[in-house]
Amino acid sequence: MTNSWTDIRNTDLVIIMGGNAAEAHPCGFKWVTEAKANRGAKLIVVDPRYTRSAAVSDMYAPIRPGTDIAFLLGLINYCIQNDKVQWDYTKSFTNAPYLVKEGFAYQDGLFTGYDEAKRDYNRSTWEYEIGPDGFVVADNTLQNPRCVWNLLKQHVAQYTPEMVERICGTPKDKFSKIAVMIGETSAKDKYMTSMYALGWTQHSKGSQNIRTMAMLQLILGNIGVRGGGMNALRGHSNIQGLTDLGLMSNLIPGYLTLPTEKEVSLDTYMSTRGFKPLRPDQMSYWQNYKKFFVSFQKSMWGATATAENSFAYDNLPKLDVPQYDVLRVFELMYQGKMNGYFCQGFNPLLSFPNRKKCTAALSKLKFLVVMDPLDTETARFWENHGDYNNVDTASIQTEVIQLPSTCFAEDEGSTTNSSRWLQWHWAGGTPPGEAKGDIWIMAQLFQRLKALYQKEGGANADPILNLVWDYKDPNDPTAAELAREMNGSVLEDVPDPTDPTKLLLQKGKQMASFATLRDDGKTACGCWIYSGCFNEAGNNMARRDTSDPDNAGVYSKWAFSWPVNRRILYNRASADLTGKAWDPTRKLIEWDGAKWAGYDVPDIVPTAKPDAVGPFIMNPEGTARLFVRGLMRDGPFPVHYEPFESPIANPIAPKIRGNPVARVFKGDMEQFGDAKEFPYAATSYRLTEHFHFWTKHVQVNASLQPEFFVEIGEELAKEKSIKSGGWVRVWSNRGSVRAKVVVTKRIVPLTCDGKKVHIVGIPLHWGFTGVAKKGFGPNSLTPFVGDANIETPEYKAFLVDIEPIVGPVS
Amino acid sequence: MDLPNPNVQNPKVDLSERDVILRSASPVPPPPERKLASVAKLIDVSKCIGCKACQSACLEWNNMREEVGVNVGVYDNPHDLTPNTFTLMRFTEWVNPDSGNLEWLIRKDGCMHCEDPGCLKACPAPGAIVQYSNGIVDFVHENCIGCGYCVKGCPFNIPRISKVDHKAYKCTLCSDRIAVGQGPACAKACPTHCISFGTKEEMLKQAEGRIKDLKSRGYAKAGVYDPPGVRGTHVIYVLHHADKPEIYAGLPNNPRISPLVDLWKGGAKYAGMAVIAITAAFGLLHHVVAGANRVKPEDEENAKKLASPKGRTP
Repeated sequence: MTNSWTDIRNTDLVIIMGGNAAEAHPCGFKWVTEAKANRGAKLIVVDPRYTRSAAVSDMYAPIRPGTDIAFLLGLINYCIQNDKVQWDYTKSFTNAPYLVKEGFAYQDGLFTGYDEAKRDYNRSTWEYEIGPDGFVVADNTLQNPRCVWNLLKQHVAQYTPEMVERICGTPKDKFSKIAVMIGETSAKDKYMTSMYALGWTQHSKGSQNIRTMAMLQLILGNIGVRGGGMNALRGHSNIQGLTDLGLMSNLIPGYLTLPTEKEVSLDTYMSTRGFKPLRPDQMSYWQNYKKFFVSFQKSMWGATATAENSFAYDNLPKLDVPQYDVLRVFELMYQGKMNGYFCQGFNPLLSFPNRKKCTAALSKLKFLVVMDPLDTETARFWENHGDYNNVDTASIQTEVIQLPSTCFAEDEGSTTNSSRWLQWHWAGGTPPGEAKGDIWIMAQLFQRLKALYQKEGGANADPILNLVWDYKDPNDPTAAELAREMNGSVLEDVPDPTDPTKLLLQKGKQMASFATLRDDGKTACGCWIYSGCFNEAGNNMARRDTSDPDNAGVYSKWAFSWPVNRRILYNRASADLTGKAWDPTRKLIEWDGAKWAGYDVPDIVPTAKPDAVGPFIMNPEGTARLFVRGLMRDGPFPVHYEPFESPIANPIAPKIRGNPVARVFKGDMEQFGDAKEFPYAATSYRLTEHFHFWTKHVQVNASLQPEFFVEIGEELAKEKSIKSGGWVRVWSNRGSVRAKVVVTKRIVPLTCDGKKVHIVGIPLHWGFTGVAKKGFGPNSLTPFVGDANIETPEYKAFLVDIEPIVGPVS
Repeated sequence: MDLPNPNVQNPKVDLSERDVILRSASPVPPPPERKLASVAKLIDVSKCIGCKACQSACLEWNNMREEVGVNVGVYDNPHDLTPNTFTLMRFTEWVNPDSGNLEWLIRKDGCMHCEDPGCLKACPAPGAIVQYSNGIVDFVHENCIGCGYCVKGCPFNIPRISKVDHKAYKCTLCSDRIAVGQGPACAKACPTHCISFGTKEEMLKQAEGRIKDLKSRGYAKAGVYDPPGVRGTHVIYVLHHADKPEIYAGLPNNPRISPLVDLWKGGAKYAGMAVIAITAAFGLLHHVVAGANRVKPEDEENAKKLASPKGRTP
């Protein structure tokens, strides 16, 4: 989230699209009801189904799965055509005035530089015009036809309300009503918040879905303000923490990136991470990259990371592919190239697409280790459960080791929520049986591995042998010890440059924040963005002060919000070029003539003059990007691409199937189904009664939603003679499931490009372990393809067929 | 529009025997020394997202479990109230004829705690149903005879008879929690403040603010459901369509206690009591005429034999 859960109560308009907050985030949704009840805020819901969120909305519109970009570009087009733009904001705080290089163009769904064979672009023309002074050339009058604004205007022009209806199936009058409501938030004192989740990420163009809404929010002036923002609702209590700490295969903590194999030295690694400002006076905060990186290396390898050995740069693995995402990992397993797999706290057999392929992949492993508080389907993938897991156990030779671990309520530590709040919690119970904390388990593994390296030696021993492990009990580091390490500390005294009798940093002290981290090895910090969470003031994550001056919704003394306890990112954008709040009733920070101050920690150097330094300090431009240069693989502007399995050809580019640069492994393309054989558009989702695959192990939850079902509209049910509460078979080109069926008015057929499209909804929570009735998950059906930029699998839009069947004999 | 959330600090009231103002099949007790403030649970249907947190909190607090059932084509699980499920989300898909738009009406069903409780009136077991001076209607299970008359007496079809112990069960309005200053478990669990608890006066005021908000959003017939047919209830609803309560899964438009209960408690009761009185009078007459039964010496002898260890059959 750019903002926080509590800030949602400050909004004028909530749009829930690409998510279903009431259903999947009922506790956070309270802030929407607060905004509605206390501010008179309105709620818009756009979803293929009339959801629980829609049940309390002011405006609902249906949309065909996988067409959100067309809808959103349609909204941008509406705002541009109808002068619903926060002009001062757009001109000063976005890259709208910047000129784009000659040579860049877009035609028929593709940008310049496409290579069909490689399924990739040469992105060299997706760049600004750089002037002789080394800075980007800008036209503040927005007259130049090559400026970002005019290119954007031209790019979105084809997404008329008629085109939106043709692609999305959303009735034009409903789209237009929504456009009017959203357009009103272009006023300087009206804000909209966007709440989204997996409904946007789980597409072959997931990143662009989110980006398109971010662009809309920017031209409306809704980023950095109270009640605005792009608010990703994370699906687990600590999934934000997972990404923050770099648990992606291509990241290290704090969104630093792992080197690639081409980056053989620290110098080559740093050469593409200089982040020289692209406009005069801009902060371009990533210029500090090396300080964060070196401090990370010091926290990992301590005294053995020296300036002479490039701070143990060679200890880091180097990527030979862009990333080892889950799809690639299972592809490698499937090809027999990966022999062992550690599965900690998740359930790939039900979570990854094309379950048949997942089962085949797991069957080729030599060993599988599952660390989980629950008995998961993955740990039991070899067990025959009739139709629900019909495997030939005798033919599977994978050795499976289950390590029972504690659940969140049985251990101490911090979790990072969607609001970026690190909230400390204490153990509420003792773990049952032989269950052990994850930290303990990993410490044991480490100790044994280290002993083996010490005894037997081996390739690349240094990263293990030299790893800093100075915990009080090496067998069981505490959460507090790890948190202090992430916060960082001073390794050597640093004198104050202005007064050599004083110390700037004192050896042995915790870092106050990342602002004083150094690239000379005198500081260590495990995760720079978390610095400040556990400093000399103590464990700031454990703070529980609910004070909130002037009811700003900031709650700055509750827990710790990264970075530096800032609650709203880009908050300098809440004020105009003179430093006054756009909306005086919703002040956040303001310029008092000498410095920035207010309810929140300023997201800018406190003394940076309001008319000089832009609010988007992480970008070398200092502004936000409507045109994203070469930073995304599938285009500097978003384009509507159909899902890989779509009921219609792409109306704007009929020859292009799916996202033209999304990675497709050999053999998976052949497994995509087409609309002739699989006529219905399917989507998957969660239900409020359950939490992923956990709560089917709990009697109360299982009784509230006992049995796997699919949902279809009344018209399709009639056509297929399907009765509500009866049994159906649903199948795709990759698998088949058997389910109860809920026939509902909440799903209606949509007319897309002249064709009637029925939608089949498939919830996710059932499997073959636990106390709920045995069932299937949507991943038996979904395609093995991911987002073009980050490879999140396309779970939200695929094709199926459906027929009524006689149910099993119970 | 700025409507503060209701107070969640409830006074500890130490609810006990002395606060009972009505007791089933018993004479009306004398007015209690203290009169507790009338309480109410407000269920704002327009804020409900149907998450069933109330349902699970109810099961957890009362330490009950519902069996894992089946899906029959709806979201309502279980499919009806049961002796374990005191509260149940009922989902209705309703197309508003005025706008043509679908509305998903989600109503938390359960005991309404009527000011004029039909169950209590119908109950023939002395002290099995009581009403406290704050309005809560509670079942006292040790006195329950499992006859099921309370089900017939309830205009909302709420109580359910357990097949295990043959006693009647329903929502207690968490009288055990309220006694110690806690709100009902469902209200505590509700994430959207759809369920609030407080004095009835506070809740009606709260409802008023909600109705104003709903009217501003085009729900011209928004209103509170506090049906006069049972002299009002201590569980009240805010409905977007208060003129049509029946669209919310059959919420009665004008609930009244069944005339059969009046018949039973009225004419039939007196007729029955007359029969009992006549029988009693006959007994008295018999006593006067035939005298009391007297214990004869041989009776004493037989009793001694029975009571001695030898006299007992092994």
